[in-house]
Amino acid sequence: MSSETKQILTTDGIPLEVSLKKAERRNKIKAFLLVAPLLLFIIITYVFPIGDMLMRSVDDKMVTEMLPKTFKAMEKWDGKELPEEEVFAAFHSDFIKLVEEKREGKLSTQLNYTKNGFKSIIKKLRRKSKSFEEGNYKEQIMAVHKRWANVEYWQAIKRRAPAYTGQKYLKGIDMFKNEDGQIVTVPEDRRIHRILWLRTLEIAFFVTLFCFLMAYPIAHLLATLPMKYSNLLMICVLLPFWTSLLVRTASWMILLQQQGLVNDFFVGIGLVADDNRPEMMFNKTGSYVAMTQILLPFMVLPLYSVMKTISPSLMRAGKSLGGTPFVAFWKVYFPLTIPGIGAGCLLVFILAIGYYITPALVGGASGTLISNQIAFHMKSTLDWSFASAMGLMLLTGVLAIYWVYNKLVGVDNIKLG
Amino acid sequence: MALPKYTEPHYRIWHYVYLTICAAVFFFLIAPLFVIFPLSFNAEEFLVFSDGMKNLDPDAFSLRWYKDMIYGTKNPWGLATKNSFIIAIFATIGSVILGTVAALGLSSRHMPYKGLIMAVLISPMIVPLIISGVAIFFFMAKAGLAATHLGIILAHIILGTPFVVITVTATLSGFDHSVTRAAASLGSNPVNTFMKITLPLILPGVISGGLFAFVTSFDEVVVVLFLAGLENTTIPIQMWTGLREQLSPTILAVATCLIILSTLILVTAELLRRRSERLRGINR
Repeated sequence: MSSETKQILTTDGIPLEVSLKKAERRNKIKAFLLVAPLLLFIIITYVFPIGDMLMRSVDDKMVTEMLPKTFKAMEKWDGKELPEEEVFAAFHSDFIKLVEEKREGKLSTQLNYTKNGFKSIIKKLRRKSKSFEEGNYKEQIMAVHKRWANVEYWQAIKRRAPAYTGQKYLKGIDMFKNEDGQIVTVPEDRRIHRILWLRTLEIAFFVTLFCFLMAYPIAHLLATLPMKYSNLLMICVLLPFWTSLLVRTASWMILLQQQGLVNDFFVGIGLVADDNRPEMMFNKTGSYVAMTQILLPFMVLPLYSVMKTISPSLMRAGKSLGGTPFVAFWKVYFPLTIPGIGAGCLLVFILAIGYYITPALVGGASGTLISNQIAFHMKSTLDWSFASAMGLMLLTGVLAIYWVYNKLVGVDNIKLG
Repeated sequence: MALPKYTEPHYRIWHYVYLTICAAVFFFLIAPLFVIFPLSFNAEEFLVFSDGMKNLDPDAFSLRWYKDMIYGTKNPWGLATKNSFIIAIFATIGSVILGTVAALGLSSRHMPYKGLIMAVLISPMIVPLIISGVAIFFFMAKAGLAATHLGIILAHIILGTPFVVITVTATLSGFDHSVTRAAASLGSNPVNTFMKITLPLILPGVISGGLFAFVTSFDEVVVVLFLAGLENTTIPIQMWTGLREQLSPTILAVATCLIILSTLILVTAELLRRRSERLRGINR
């Protein structure tokens, strides 16, 4: 036998290694081409628009584009004393152009977001500017209204110079940038968003907890009963799962109303007086009860699929080794169900944190979540950049939860149904 | 679930407590659905059980709300039903085709960056619907597809494909690839192999993914709320508007029909699941 290994050749004389690599590459391309249509579709219609949300949430070009010369002239201004004539002249020329295009109203709305009091002085400036003489604009503008001679208003304009801003994100956590450029919290009576974030987390946490406490026993029962009975009981889980969300919400609206069956029952057993029926809908209670029932199948199904794989002999072994049934359960059975618990809790928590429909219908004012606020800004105030900012903050939270879960349990352990 | 004879009394008690808890949870899950049923046959306009209904008086029941649902002049249920079915059917077809083809590629062991691509493809399922709604609305508004059927169908394809991808890749994980190689060695081209060999074998997975996509589209309201104009109203939109304004018995009639529909879907899905479990059992 010769010591050197001969290169293996295929029938057409190409080295086998090269030929295999070529085939491998061809297979890779083939597999990728199969995925490509959907991947492109999702990227164009879904991933890019989420990027678009990011752009919208920080976009502040409107004012930047309306006052280009002013901001150019302001670059040299230190922002402490009133600016020089140059800035006033540039502002005047920008303003005249805006008046011609009938856009000065938009400017006043935008500047009013930054500092209150711009609306009236811009209106006044528009009227007076028609009779302005050429040159010495500083004095002429300052004569229109005393606020134009106040340096704070010019500082407010300068703050709108950058084309990008994080102020919508600050607003999402009830903070803002004040006159000195410091980031401060809004007064206590106007902190609406923090309350909403906390409430969203609270409701999502408790709904997940309730779902877990209710789902664990029935998933265990379903997994241990003989097939004949468990299939029948499984319908109780699957029928709500497949039923329209709105139908289930409607049924809770009927049950929880003041003359509804739940209240009838409470009156019947003497828990509450007939003339003192509690409000169970249009508040947090409504959100809790309806969301728990609606999300329960999402907890039962992953738990069930994990419990199904646990052999009953393990519990018997635990008991035969001297453990009481409770010890055997806690030391043997429970640890084995952790992947199912993780998957179920992750699923329910993420679904609950972004819930919109049910809280909007049964939650009233005190049971609404951050999603309702996003929808409100999308549809009513039309402040789309703020809605985008809040949406992205929520998305970041969801992705963070997902990431932590992946570190702790591993996403591959998720089982669906 | 019988207890062995030697069970000690306190475990026996605990066992019955456990069964009671389970019964209560099952009741909590399923009972709310059955409230809708009798109330939709209420002869009166109120959404509470009248005395006549409690005494099973036949006069207290009627079909008037079902008549109102079908023939009522003010009720837009006809248009909504038509739209819902058109949108759901096209969205299902789109999701199934795109999702199945992608799942075939993803199940190939040659697929590069599998984890990353899978994460992108199923992201519409993970991201909260409200965010998807905002993002898709921005896209459709730019593309000029807001308030069109096409726009809503495309949006529902985005939301439906993750289910198809997941169910079909799950089915393909138990798939014996030597049968496709056998077909190829017998001279079949890839398309023919797919249609005659692969598709019939993975069909249960494809159909159950399609059912998920159908239900997702048929029941979807958050994204449609952003996208739909008056012409594109769907059943969920009508229910949403109805529930916000006033809970009328007509809505309960519609809800009853939807429960019947979901029962049919449940039965189909269960039959398919058992069939595919049987098929996978043979492979082992």
